[in-house]
Amino acid sequence: MRLEKEKDSKIVDKIWDFFASIRLAIIIFALIALTSIIGTILEQRAAPERNIEILERLFGKSLAPGLYSLFEKLDFMDMYHSWWFITLLVIFSVNLVICSLERLPRIWRLAREPLNPVTDEQLRKFTLHKEIILKGKIEKARESVHEMMKKAGFRNYSEIKEEKGFQYLAQKGNYSRLGVYVTHLSILIILVGAILGMTFGFKGFLNLPEGATSDIAFSNAGREIPLGFFVRCDNFDIEFYGKSDMPKEYRSWLTIIEDGKEVLRKSIVVNDPLTYKGITFYQASYGLLSENLGRSIFILDIISGGGQAERLNLRLGDTFQIPATNISGKIIDFSPALRIDDHGHAFTYTNQMNNPAIYVEFFESGSRSFSGWILKRYPETWQLQGGHRVEFRDHWGVEYTGLHVRKDPGVWVVYLGCVLISVGLFIAFFISHRKMWVKIHEDKNNTRMIIGAVSNKGRAAFERKIDQAISAIQKKYERGK
Amino acid sequence: MDSSFFFGLSTMAYILAMIIYITYLAFRRTQIGILATSVTVIGFVAQTLAIIMRWKEFADLSGMGFIRSAPLTNLYESLVFFVWCLILGYLIIEFKFKNRSFGAFVTPVAGLALAFIDIFGVSKEIQPLVPALQSNWLLAHVTMSFIAYAAFALSFSTGTMYLISTTEKKRDPSYVFWTTTLGIFVIILVAMGIDFLRFKVMVKPEIFIQSYMFRTSFLHPSPLIKAASWLSAIIFLYIIWRYGYTLKKVLEKFSINPEILDEITYKSIAVGFPIFTLGGLIFGAIWADQAWGVYWSWDPKETWSLITWFIYAFYLHGRMMRGWRGKKVAIVSVLGFVAVIFTYLGVNLLLSGLHAYGSK
Ligand code: HEM
Repeated sequence: MRLEKEKDSKIVDKIWDFFASIRLAIIIFALIALTSIIGTILEQRAAPERNIEILERLFGKSLAPGLYSLFEKLDFMDMYHSWWFITLLVIFSVNLVICSLERLPRIWRLAREPLNPVTDEQLRKFTLHKEIILKGKIEKARESVHEMMKKAGFRNYSEIKEEKGFQYLAQKGNYSRLGVYVTHLSILIILVGAILGMTFGFKGFLNLPEGATSDIAFSNAGREIPLGFFVRCDNFDIEFYGKSDMPKEYRSWLTIIEDGKEVLRKSIVVNDPLTYKGITFYQASYGLLSENLGRSIFILDIISGGGQAERLNLRLGDTFQIPATNISGKIIDFSPALRIDDHGHAFTYTNQMNNPAIYVEFFESGSRSFSGWILKRYPETWQLQGGHRVEFRDHWGVEYTGLHVRKDPGVWVVYLGCVLISVGLFIAFFISHRKMWVKIHEDKNNTRMIIGAVSNKGRAAFERKIDQAISAIQKKYERGK
Repeated sequence: MDSSFFFGLSTMAYILAMIIYITYLAFRRTQIGILATSVTVIGFVAQTLAIIMRWKEFADLSGMGFIRSAPLTNLYESLVFFVWCLILGYLIIEFKFKNRSFGAFVTPVAGLALAFIDIFGVSKEIQPLVPALQSNWLLAHVTMSFIAYAAFALSFSTGTMYLISTTEKKRDPSYVFWTTTLGIFVIILVAMGIDFLRFKVMVKPEIFIQSYMFRTSFLHPSPLIKAASWLSAIIFLYIIWRYGYTLKKVLEKFSINPEILDEITYKSIAVGFPIFTLGGLIFGAIWADQAWGVYWSWDPKETWSLITWFIYAFYLHGRMMRGWRGKKVAIVSVLGFVAVIFTYLGVNLLLSGLHAYGSK
């Protein structure tokens, strides 16, 4: 029975040792790095034809189908969510926890440990060790120790009276030894945040026409996700750089409606989303409702040559009157992206709102007089004969805004981890645990000073600092003479 | 005079400095060394001026305010910024360690990056930013990534030097590693140079890689030339492997202590790693989160950043294991920078070509 138990604990020990080793850590680093490459070559969660095409390019037509079915069995087409990749991440985390637990007690002791006095012989064995003679009595040297310590970077130190003189001990940055553990812990925090987000959050989308309201979004699989409130798109607008087709800004004006009341209004752009009750709406895309073209509204400012102005909301086929004239216009066509080809024919060159234009036919006293395109982005097309103007200000109800909808309760945990990992890395690399011992004792009417120091990193910089401190007090001595 | 004048000046200065540093390496005259440093400093000042001028040009053009107009928006500008950081880092090291011989290893990286711009006709035009790129997080992300890349480039240079100066046995895996890496590097450059001379094309890098790269050599339609290219590449690799140790003799002349090389490699990575973590990974994630609502989506660029990060984590932890300090981790530092290059160029140039719809 006892033997059994011993055997058990041996196995537990073995498992513990396995997970406590840095060797395992670097093996896991290598494995994660290497296998991750696969997912950057094969497209993840793509249609099978895409990856077969990629495999054909890489390995030739004859091998591709066989490889594809093999890779499919290994989950290579969705590898970051495959059982074996998740297993790697789990081993990584267990390794991180156990490795840290194994070492933490020792490091904690190192950080808390007070300094012990040392003998001259011990001091002389330090790699970082200096010895100088200062002229004059020990009392004088005692005063300069304070400056020495300050120059070497220690504000606090303790003094011990010894047989022949004094010993001073100082240390700082003890807790910087924990920086590594903060780093490691924060990696776990980030992973926990990611899991929280995947478990309790969702990702979806919502295409919302101008003027429309919705209380659901859709998952990528097409499932309905209830929001718990309504969101309305009041308007969508796109702005371009100058006359080019390069978009400068996509903007949606959204209103949140809860229990019949408007509770929040915000215009969102890419990089500036709207959040309400943990659900965030991102400007992701936009598009035209081609089946709705007939229902869209054009907002025109009609200004007569005499200066009388009027704002009208019109639809395709509507007729309007230029104030105080007998001229009327009828909107007979619409193009979201008008371009005129070399032969003077108008055509629509994309299915997006790159250059909205309406075709208006004008009648004077009932008979057709002239007609032409009026372009929203080209005010020079707004001017008519006789000093009248038809200003194409806006259009409404033709576009929908494509919103990315997300709820992620874990994101703040992830960000907390990010802050901690930055702090931890900064401490781990740029702050060191430094210890210094200074002894002074009388030596034939003069004073001998012995200095010994250790630092867990950046020894060269520490030594430079100590050298500076020494030469500073030596200078002072010379001047004082 | 506009920014392009000063950019041209700095490119010429760095390439000249590269030649002078190599000459210095060969003859070891102090005067030559001072000349090399002076030329580098001139190049650096010219480049600094050029960056400031371009910044102002962009701010005037885009009307987006000063900070948003930082010249870091495309391949061209980011390469220029990378070179700037690299030279700055190098000058600091030259000053601190009072040793010029690293110059011969750092200036080629700078010169090559700038030559890459000119050979490939990378677009130098100032372009306004599309909505997704209008983000201060993105700006911080790009700036810090490049500072980290420059630190990694330094560690690559000193890591390579470390390997050269500590290996000579031809069967030593570390020796085989550095001679092959160096050989492949040179072969790729030469093969691309020949492509360039034959086709005389000035096209976008993506198009060059898809339609021209290695078409004069390893991918030539004629099987004969193809075979000859592969054969000469192998012979070249053999020669480098056979005679590579002579480089060690050159380095020995300078009595650079390998310990110092190892230390600079570690210190560069110790500076680069936290900056890369914060700027490269975290700020990148925050930007993606703001713009699209996903802080991590395993897209190839993100994944390659993570791979790079793991390689350097490997380096840092490898140093703590017995028997790994020295040559083995120096190899890892070289591999880390290969991953950096791939993250930066390979993902856009190679993988996007592979993923393009029906391009063959
Ligand atoms: C399986 C996961 C990991 C294990 C088991 C592990 C283990 C360790 C151990 C035992 C140390 C030495 C602590 C000491 O010297 O007292 C260490 C140091 C360190 N670890 Fe990790 N680690 C892991 C993952 C990571 C990761 C992913 C990072 C990336 C940020 C990281 C960053 C560091 C840093 C920066 C140091 C300090 C290195 C130095 O001072 O040179 N670790 N790690």
